[in-house]
Amino acid sequence: MSFAQKARYNFMKDLGAPALMWLRQSQRKKRPRKPNPYLGPPLKCAGRLREIMTRHYYLSRFSKGAKPVAWVTSGAPVELLRVFDFYTIYPENHGALCGAQKKGPEICSEAEKKGYHPDLCSYARIDLGHAFSGKTPAGRLPRPDLLFCANNICQTVLYWYKELSYYWNIPLIIFDTPYNFQDIREKDIEYMVCQFEEMIPELERISGCKYSHDRFMKIIGIARESASTWGRVLATMKHRPAPISIFDAFVHLAPIVSLRGLPIALDYYRILLDELEERVAKGIGAVTNESKRLMWDNIAVWFKLRDWSLLFAERGLNFVAATYTNAWAETIHYLDEMSPFESMARAYSLVVLNNSLNYRLKLMEQMIRDYQVDGLVILSLRSCKPYSVGQYDLRRLLGERLGIKSVVIESDMTDFRAYSEEQTRTRLEAFFEALEV
Amino acid sequence: MRLWRFKGLSMTYFAGIDIGSLTTEVVILDSNADMLSYSINLTGADCNEAVDQALGQALSRAGLSRDQLSFIVATGYGRVTIPFSDKKITEISCHGTSAHHLFPDTETVIDIGGQDSKVIRIDKEGKVLDFTMNDKCAAGTGRFLEVMAGAFRVSLEDFGQLSLKAEREIPISSVCTVFAESEVISLIAQNQAREDIIRGLHSSVVNRIWNMVQTVGVHGAVTMSGGVAKNRGVVVLMEEKLGKPIHIHTEPQIMGALGAALLAKRHFLQEK
Ligand code: SF4
Repeated sequence: MSFAQKARYNFMKDLGAPALMWLRQSQRKKRPRKPNPYLGPPLKCAGRLREIMTRHYYLSRFSKGAKPVAWVTSGAPVELLRVFDFYTIYPENHGALCGAQKKGPEICSEAEKKGYHPDLCSYARIDLGHAFSGKTPAGRLPRPDLLFCANNICQTVLYWYKELSYYWNIPLIIFDTPYNFQDIREKDIEYMVCQFEEMIPELERISGCKYSHDRFMKIIGIARESASTWGRVLATMKHRPAPISIFDAFVHLAPIVSLRGLPIALDYYRILLDELEERVAKGIGAVTNESKRLMWDNIAVWFKLRDWSLLFAERGLNFVAATYTNAWAETIHYLDEMSPFESMARAYSLVVLNNSLNYRLKLMEQMIRDYQVDGLVILSLRSCKPYSVGQYDLRRLLGERLGIKSVVIESDMTDFRAYSEEQTRTRLEAFFEALEV
Repeated sequence: MRLWRFKGLSMTYFAGIDIGSLTTEVVILDSNADMLSYSINLTGADCNEAVDQALGQALSRAGLSRDQLSFIVATGYGRVTIPFSDKKITEISCHGTSAHHLFPDTETVIDIGGQDSKVIRIDKEGKVLDFTMNDKCAAGTGRFLEVMAGAFRVSLEDFGQLSLKAEREIPISSVCTVFAESEVISLIAQNQAREDIIRGLHSSVVNRIWNMVQTVGVHGAVTMSGGVAKNRGVVVLMEEKLGKPIHIHTEPQIMGALGAALLAKRHFLQEK
């Protein structure tokens, strides 16, 4: 790491980024948004979130050479990387950003031009497309020194990260989490702990930093606290009316995904939680007239977030639970300073997508009860096969057991070429008719 | 059509308009839910023009004018484009309502339209419990049969009858309409009996729908709606699969509009 690059990074961190934030903020004030009659008042801390994420992407372009840079999958045990001070970029989060800015098809086709199939996950296509063309709405992303991938979410990430590793000729570390057909086995935990032990010397070599156990324990503590606070944020939606909606949570998820293990994520969720508790006390809902409560299954459709939050709110429908946002609160609280490696293995291999459908069924059943859910919207994603498989069975079983009404819609989370407005609207409206709203 | 009906002052009239991608249908009902008239027109490029034409036709057949209609419900993909409807309701609820009205023992509705197909499960009151749709692909829709009938240069009416005359069935392996068409052309070139190929094509549609039927499950009596319900080839094969007869209205294409008109009446009374 060169001194000049470090100095430039620190300068941008302390002066450049704050100046940019100030500039953006002052521009924004000039065009205040009209309040919407169906939606509650906007969250006060939304501005802070925007600032944190913009700063994260902005600073990333100065990180190269100043810090070791890693590209990481959303389900990877990033806490270990934090010990070595890696600047982490989450291609999936970047994919969501591209999706929200309606850039999915454009960047995906950069990968398709090179022969990657349109049936491949669009996060992978966006990331590869960005790697080949440099296209991104985030300005510029730093090229990684390390790729870090865990197969607890899907097998796609393995091949996707192997492609990047080959293309740039950079090291790839794979964390292999055996699938839990039933309860997790002690032998599997041992196997995962061995992998962590093997990773440490490699991470030391790539980053040029020494492993510090004290630092690791501290990071584990922060990550656990952040996940628990995020869990409490989500739990505020058990109240009627729910102070936020899942559409908000999809956006506020960014720090727990991308900045997990850093104090900034924890600080942010504490502010958010305070604000939500205040809303609960005052009876302020995310939807002005909450009449029915819904649950969402699968990743968000990033390019439809705004439209849909209105479409549902107009009918007094609020999404109060989602298996997706829950994933970061569900198991990370297992992290324990007393047994950091074992607990990390447990936390990361027990995530919803690494478990059987039966586990998911029970989880959904529990959430439907806890959050008093009246209806279920199931998104079948063209991209994400592990999330979408078995949804018809889950739907049937939940219907039989709980009598819950549901609808299946089809789309992709970023590539809107796989989305049809008319057809989705017909399905959703039929669902509204069944719910009598 | 009861053009002779006495239209007293106390009578209220309701219209259901179903604007599909291929055709637009209108049904006019009186306050007893008796059908006074209906019309079927091609939608074409201009939705509003098609609606004006279809509605005008149905109204003149019923001897009514537009201002005599108390409540209008629009359904189908074009429902949002009609500015003057009192309510917009999805075709899923409409098909469920009309199937229940005509055949009260119905619990499963199979609707095969020009551009999409759906299977709807309703309860004993005609309320929708579940549904599944094929709206991504022409396979399993009327459009598939239309393209294939074109390849044989026979009319759609004859197409279904020819399927019934087959001695055996030549399976068509391609699901995709475009690929299936070239498969058919090569089978014709091999001098295979055309009835046998046609039976294979009908089976392909029925198999596709059958998968959807199984997703929703077969419950109670089955009613079929949509233009394809007029095709005996499809109906006979579907009945074989189901192991029971299917209810079909004499004009299955207007079931969406009929459901819309019935719901117009219901909403009018509720609002009153
Ligand atoms: S396949 Fe699913 S889990 Fe895997 S990267 Fe894509 S969206 Fe994520």
